Amino acid sequence: MTDDNWGLRESYSFDRHTIHEIRRAANTGLYRIRGWGAKRKLPTFDDLVFLGASVSRYPLEGYREACDTGVTLGTRYAKKPIELKIPITIAGMSFGSLSAQAKEALGRGASEVGTSTTTGDGGMTQEERGHSTQLVYQYLPSRYGMNPNDLRQADAIEIVVGQGAKPGGGGMLLGQKITERVAEMRTLPEGIDQRSACRHPDWTGPDDLTIKIRELREITNWEKPIYIKCGAARPYYDTMLAVKAGADVVVIDGMQGGTAATQDCFIEHVGIPTLAAVREAVRALKEIDMHRKVQLVVGGGIRSGADVAKALAMGADAVSIGTAALIALGDNDPHYEDEYRKIGSSAGCYEDFQAGNDPAGITTQDPELSKRLDPVKAGHRLANYLRVLTLEVQTLARANGKSDVHNLEPEDLAALTVEAAAMAGVPLAGTSWIPGQGV
Amino acid sequence: MTAVAPGPANITVMDLARDDLSQVNQDLQKADPRGGPFRVLNPRGAHALACGLTSGIDVEIEGHTGYYCAGMNQAARVTVSGNAGVGVAENMMSGEVWVKGDASQSAGATAHGGLLVVEGNTAARCGISLKGADIVVKGDVGHMSMFLAQAGRLVVLGDAGDSLGDSIYEARIYVRGKVASLGADCIEKEMREEHRTELRDLLERAGCDGVGLDGFRRYGSARQLYHFKAENLDSY
Ligand SMILES: Cc1cc2nc3c(=O)[nH]c(=O)nc-3n(C[C@H](O)[C@H](O)[C@H](O)COP(=O)(O)O)c2cc1C
Repeated sequence: MTDDNWGLRESYSFDRHTIHEIRRAANTGLYRIRGWGAKRKLPTFDDLVFLGASVSRYPLEGYREACDTGVTLGTRYAKKPIELKIPITIAGMSFGSLSAQAKEALGRGASEVGTSTTTGDGGMTQEERGHSTQLVYQYLPSRYGMNPNDLRQADAIEIVVGQGAKPGGGGMLLGQKITERVAEMRTLPEGIDQRSACRHPDWTGPDDLTIKIRELREITNWEKPIYIKCGAARPYYDTMLAVKAGADVVVIDGMQGGTAATQDCFIEHVGIPTLAAVREAVRALKEIDMHRKVQLVVGGGIRSGADVAKALAMGADAVSIGTAALIALGDNDPHYEDEYRKIGSSAGCYEDFQAGNDPAGITTQDPELSKRLDPVKAGHRLANYLRVLTLEVQTLARANGKSDVHNLEPEDLAALTVEAAAMAGVPLAGTSWIPGQGV
Repeated sequence: MTAVAPGPANITVMDLARDDLSQVNQDLQKADPRGGPFRVLNPRGAHALACGLTSGIDVEIEGHTGYYCAGMNQAARVTVSGNAGVGVAENMMSGEVWVKGDASQSAGATAHGGLLVVEGNTAARCGISLKGADIVVKGDVGHMSMFLAQAGRLVVLGDAGDSLGDSIYEARIYVRGKVASLGADCIEKEMREEHRTELRDLLERAGCDGVGLDGFRRYGSARQLYHFKAENLDSY
């Protein structure tokens, strides 16, 4: 804008995006609801680096020496823990927010590489159960479609307390996406703007949660691992309380975490970044001697094998991905640029998952648009992407001399910024200084 | 699961003073519906008792129960001769749960089907997020009852607490006594013949012999909050 006239100066506080938002609010009287996750710059795993091997540590041969990636979730109480071949799982995304084809593709992709996928706020579909060898069933405040038969059909149960995009907020699905099938599964009138509850209807607090977990175990014969998923609000206390309540697995989702529809002010301003959350969750587990006994799954903004490896090095047992998985399926594909333009967006910026008119056919219930996504091909792309992540994690683990990706440790890391050093609890690169921990 | 007297020979007696809760639940979950009824003694406020039942058996619980008694019930008929804790018959799919005493909060929460009868009163949030079941309370219900209720029916012979039916969807509420206040988007509605018929039927199923329809009023959704509108700000 200022390219040809150096006299024009855009305000830092009132930049064009801010001005656009004020104008939009003034014109509509409604807050902005959108999909995707936080878009502003936050401290991330990019602010950490691995040290690699040197004289003091020797590396393992890439491609030759084995480097294990498998992980078992639910070893604490479940009679049938989940065994994943890779430490990367697919996060819960509802049928309703996603098309049936997209859900099928997620199941296909995950199953191809031996990992699990997760239902969402809206119940279990048979497409999804059928195409997922390991399926985690979400138990949410809304209890839409919640059904003991599905609970028993699941391989694990995830009690959703919150998600990173909106710790303290409930699900949302706008009228455009409440088609007949979605409405029926949720026992709602077609076409209404649905706001799910943000609190569970029959328990509040960790003591009640303990009893709720007992009930779920009684109903499923103590077979299924029980996860508790929390948005990254107070991860130190939330993790401790989840463990106290009897969780097999704690899932912590940082503020970058994706969403199908949430108020923009919630997405950008509630919760703490994933980087800070992992460290706090691990600290809690170690303090009560539960690290590795209760598994920790971390999500929110995971994009690459480097992100996965850093989360594991900080003490997570696995990560979960949402947005990246959708991109692997075909979300924000430049191939549809003309169509993104028509709806006022652009490939790479598309975030209106709430609107139901996704040109890539993923975050929609429109039958014509959904048809664009071939579940077999899209599932295969996801499997490829998951393979790349896994190979990258192995590469980084071997470079640090590890024969199992779970042997990566904080000592393998250094921070590039003072903020990241303080949040992650690893030394600032070139120093032995961890802010807040003595000299 | 050893049968101890007293009682007719085909009654299976379980005693929580002696038997393990998980074992009792499993035996009930696997019970043959063609067999005789089950009697559970000394529940002593046990949580998650008789939850996850899947067949049309009769279970009589002699005493007070804790949280989530008969949770997620399918087909079974469970009677609690005592009071029930939080979330009795939560997410029930079918069958019948009958509480002879009072019930705590969130009675019948999210239940999809079946019938819950409470002879006494219930605490707050009775029928919260109800998804199709029927609830008949012979006493009073606490505040925020039928909050977010989506489908199903609640009949209250006594009074209802504050914010009845807040943010209710398509569920229907019948109250004979006083309503302290109605929640957002919940209004009184006309009693038409079809409503009298369904109320009569519900009262009959709940064994309310001799209770006439006089004095009952119907409440339901004004459907004004089904879509986001800035003008609705005052209602939230
Ligand atoms: C389209 C979409 C739908 C989602 N639906 C749910 C849901 O139903 N339940 C839930 O717990 N989280 C839901 N989430 C959040 C994800 O489970 C996960 O926490 C988040 O996507 C992780 O962050 P990432 O997207 O940066 O990988 C959804 C996310 C997206 C993108």
